[in-house]
Amino acid sequence: MKILVPIKRVPDYAVKVKVAADGSRIETDGIKWIANPFDEIAVEEALRLKEAGVATEVVVVTIGPEAAEQQLRYGMAMGADSGLHVVFNDELDSDLASRVLAAVASRGDYPLIILGKQSIDSDANQTGQLLAMRLNRSIATFASRLTVEGGAAVVTREVDGGLETVRIPLPAVVTTDLRLNEPRYASLPGIMKAKKKPVEQLTLEQLSVSPTTAVRIRRLSLPPKRGAGRKVADVAELVRVLQEEAKVL
Amino acid sequence: MSTIVVVGDIASQPDGSTMISKSSLCAIQAAGEFAATTGGGAVHLLLIGQGAHSAAARLSGSTVAKVYWYDAPAVARYRAPTYASVVVAAMKQIGADTLFCGASSTGKDLAPCVAALLDAGQASDIIGVNPDGTLRRPMYAGDVIADVEITTAAKVVTVRASAFAPAPTSGGAALVEELLSVGELPERGEVVGYELSASERPELSSAAVVVSGGRAVGSAENFEKVIYPLADVLGAAVGASRAAVDSGYAPNDWQVGQTGKVVAPQLYVAVGISGAIQHLAGMKDSKVIVAINKDPEAPIFEVATYGLVADLFEATPALTTAIQGVKG
Repeated sequence: MKILVPIKRVPDYAVKVKVAADGSRIETDGIKWIANPFDEIAVEEALRLKEAGVATEVVVVTIGPEAAEQQLRYGMAMGADSGLHVVFNDELDSDLASRVLAAVASRGDYPLIILGKQSIDSDANQTGQLLAMRLNRSIATFASRLTVEGGAAVVTREVDGGLETVRIPLPAVVTTDLRLNEPRYASLPGIMKAKKKPVEQLTLEQLSVSPTTAVRIRRLSLPPKRGAGRKVADVAELVRVLQEEAKVL
Repeated sequence: MSTIVVVGDIASQPDGSTMISKSSLCAIQAAGEFAATTGGGAVHLLLIGQGAHSAAARLSGSTVAKVYWYDAPAVARYRAPTYASVVVAAMKQIGADTLFCGASSTGKDLAPCVAALLDAGQASDIIGVNPDGTLRRPMYAGDVIADVEITTAAKVVTVRASAFAPAPTSGGAALVEELLSVGELPERGEVVGYELSASERPELSSAAVVVSGGRAVGSAENFEKVIYPLADVLGAAVGASRAAVDSGYAPNDWQVGQTGKVVAPQLYVAVGISGAIQHLAGMKDSKVIVAINKDPEAPIFEVATYGLVADLFEATPALTTAIQGVKG
């Protein structure tokens, strides 16, 4: 069984992004880019399924500019076998990403697609569900445990109120939550090997996907800053200010 | 003019009865604001699943136009593709082009499934409705606010509960009606297990007061000893940092942060939480933030209204006792 793992190139979470003066875009100059951490968890889970003999091959895919090949190579340095790079330089929303990924998935045989529940840049939490519905597949989001048995995936999901376990028939799409696993680091030999692994470049035209989006960003701005707070000396003062100033007690 | 269907979550009460969740009422509020910007279309509510009828019956005073409910063996357990088909069938019957729901775990899961069926664009986790009909939503862990426009004819929106007041459940006159025919429903899997972390405390994402513990709390036992009593005297929901959840001190659905629950209570008390960006994204819109941490350099103090540099194991019980004294 082949597993497809989409990876998104996103700004490093440790970097505070800046908005361009006209509010039209994020300042990307000098930003450090990483693979979306939730997608890293997805790569790790796919690799574990391969190591357990459930999967035979792990293919990573990304949609983005030439430079996004770095994130594909990172996935291959972790251990993925090959990469697909859909080269695209324009604005990408969840709708377009899901249509591109659906087209990519339809070119191969991937009973399982694993991807992050959200990307840490747009925080939209849509692509996995959109992809599953477009491919007419089963879906389990927010996975904290995944096993594959007898043509089905058994997925424990992190939901409000606790944990829910579902059994869904393959082919399926699973989106990862934080506690599914702890991704391995790419080792130096892994990084060297990844340089020689095959990456196929594709375009939206080749995939017959039109580059339209369903959600347009009109303006970006910074959130209002919080007024500076202050330190209190002890519990007695804290209770007094909560009562008298903040009036929340 | 857009006609909106809000899909509500059904919350079971301790006495076994059912009612709409508070975060769904916040979604109704947001839907009303959005309808007003489009020239005032109708807002309807749809409740699906076990207990839908009794939850709907309690909402005859709601300000929505109609409360639809649907219950059948096929929807006894929530499954996204099944529920999505019910929602789409309801929207077709009602003539609605827009779906709103709360950004609960169900809403987050369900909304994109509906969007795919309707070829709709979706705005996730909105925190505001602008007069021009664009929707405000956080990106980059809340470091950036985007005003977005959904350019498709059909639209899907999920709503961050903490950013909207709950819509009233009295004073209106809603017609309560059973949704009769939904057509054939897809299955695609079944629920095989459920582990509830039962809690009598208020719903975290819409609570007025939240007390959260971090890694420094040290253990699940310490959460019980130190965090719960403070939450009890404040009538608060309990939250936790990612580190505390990862360490098994608190259940996963208590996680406050970019990828967990986002809260904006009147009072947020952070105990032993250092304040990673990821956590701040989930609570920095709280009205008053209190931080108790022994490290004076902890980033949490940068957002705290009141910071107390102290050992949490001494300060927190002392605070609990003092508040008990004040509240009598």
